[in-house]
Amino acid sequence: MPDLPPVPGPSGAPGARGGGTAVRLTGRGVSRGLAAGPVMRMAAPPVLPAPRPVRDAAAETALAAEALEAVAAGLRDRAAAATGDAAEILDALAMMAGDPMLREEAEQGVRDGLGAAHALDAAFTRHREAIAALGGYLAERAADLDDLRHRAVAFALGVPMPGLPSPGHPYVLAAEDLSPADTAGLGPDVLALVTEKGGPTSHTAILARGRGLPAVVACPGVMDLADGTYVSVDGATGEVTAGISHEEAVRARERDRRERERLAASSGPGRTADGHPVKLLLNIGSAADLRPGGEGVGLFRTEFLFLDRGLAPSFDEQVAAYAAVFARVPHVVVRTLDAGTDKPLPFLGLPPEHNPALGIRGLRVDRVLPDVLDTQLDAIAEAARRTGAEAWVMAPMVATRDEAAAFAARARARGVARVGVMVEVPAAALLADRILAEVDFLSVGTNDLSQYTFAADRQHPALTDLLDPAQPALLRLVAACAEAGLAAGKPVGVCGEAAGDPALAPVLAGLGVTSLSMAPVCVPVVRDALARHTLGECRSLAATALS
Amino acid sequence: MASRTVTIASASGLHARPAKLFVREAARLGVPVRIRAGDGKAVPASSMLGVLSLGAVHGTEVTLESDAPGADDALDALAALLSRDLDAEEALDA
Repeated sequence: MPDLPPVPGPSGAPGARGGGTAVRLTGRGVSRGLAAGPVMRMAAPPVLPAPRPVRDAAAETALAAEALEAVAAGLRDRAAAATGDAAEILDALAMMAGDPMLREEAEQGVRDGLGAAHALDAAFTRHREAIAALGGYLAERAADLDDLRHRAVAFALGVPMPGLPSPGHPYVLAAEDLSPADTAGLGPDVLALVTEKGGPTSHTAILARGRGLPAVVACPGVMDLADGTYVSVDGATGEVTAGISHEEAVRARERDRRERERLAASSGPGRTADGHPVKLLLNIGSAADLRPGGEGVGLFRTEFLFLDRGLAPSFDEQVAAYAAVFARVPHVVVRTLDAGTDKPLPFLGLPPEHNPALGIRGLRVDRVLPDVLDTQLDAIAEAARRTGAEAWVMAPMVATRDEAAAFAARARARGVARVGVMVEVPAAALLADRILAEVDFLSVGTNDLSQYTFAADRQHPALTDLLDPAQPALLRLVAACAEAGLAAGKPVGVCGEAAGDPALAPVLAGLGVTSLSMAPVCVPVVRDALARHTLGECRSLAATALS
Repeated sequence: MASRTVTIASASGLHARPAKLFVREAARLGVPVRIRAGDGKAVPASSMLGVLSLGAVHGTEVTLESDAPGADDALDALAALLSRDLDAEEALDA
């Protein structure tokens, strides 16, 4: 990680501060860790206001030229800091932004009565259409022109430039919210994420936890900070302090480094302070995701094998993929294909539905295409035989005792040792004791269980508060499963995002959950959180959380 | 009006790196030169967007033209540039 830039930010933005009065903002901490550095804002593409009569044409002409030059200069700086292909591309983009035709057309637009922002928009639109019309390779440049257009128009309107900032030094990324596309582009220079919107199950939160990046969501006011302002971000408490000094930022990063070293040094199985075991398991999509540190795999998602397929993967191909994981990890829970009209896979050929979340998905696919599950169960059993592993297999989206019983009979008949079901539908949680009479274990998928309990779409950006797994209604359903497990002497794990949340881990342990399955990066903090509480303390935390 | 007609020699055509080198050279020479592909519309040689919009690929015949005094040297230089495979030279000047 490169060093922080010297005092304030390099942007020299008005109001950038390197010290002085600190401003405290509060959001919701969704990914632990402490970070500090200059904040850079990411804005949405600018929206053009209604055109207004131009009063000072000379000023608008100058502003349009200045906007293009600012965009070009920013790209030239980035090109100078980059190497190889990235530098070539940025350099070419800078030449497009600095194109004399573009500037002349924008100036002509002002002479025709447009303001700078509208004149720039018109000039870019014309070139975008000309380039897009050529098709092929050049059509891709149309997207580049859109990006340049957004940046130039934002400059002319005096609003933050859209897209991920690339200031050439580490920074704290501030945004309204982040889309999956935005988060995919995050580089190693991002120290922490702070968003005005979002909740604990938002893309921002999931991505940040997966990468071990401190993150705070639902933090109003962060987009009002000037770029370059030094901030500290505490992803555990949700506290964001703006206007700290460079020295304070360096100290905060040092504290974080020591804390991460301490956590990284922890090892061994999950235990409460008084030694009550809670297994720490990993969520993986393939053998490539395996990391040391967990006690096994609690959720092996098998969908990756089936993605982008016109035909289902063959028995042999599946055996190889499952055996690759079984050979390396003693305890693996495989989830059978979790697809459907909500997560369409080409080879299934399922017709679209009005309400895919409530339609043919998970185990329900077996109602229309039973061969897929039979082949998969055979492949899992064969991979277990070849590697000497004991295969645990569970089905997604089970709602009734009959479904659980039928799945268990199928899996056992095909040689699967331990059969379980996922609890993602409230109906299954309410009947956990009956379902456990049919199967060997339960695994609670809190993401879908939240969606169905609160009737709130998992992907709906405005409903994230309803998807918070710490809500008592959701925890009561988890408690019903855990109690049924204790009574039957069978394991009940949790494998949703909640399992990787160190604030919830002691609560789940207190409810009687026997294992927590999470992204590999979450294991050290969850181990640490469990070790800080006795089982008695976990139970009293659970009792409080339920009410 | 002085003009030169030349065939694009670069393997990738007149975009990406060859376009960049051409536009940069046209701007550096400072003589107003226009370029067109076949009988198409002429665009300023110093305009990246204009040059890209020619859609000129390897083997496309383009015409450079200028009525500026003393344009011959600039036209010769730019024509020479286009008749070289600029992609192949990449390794040399890296």
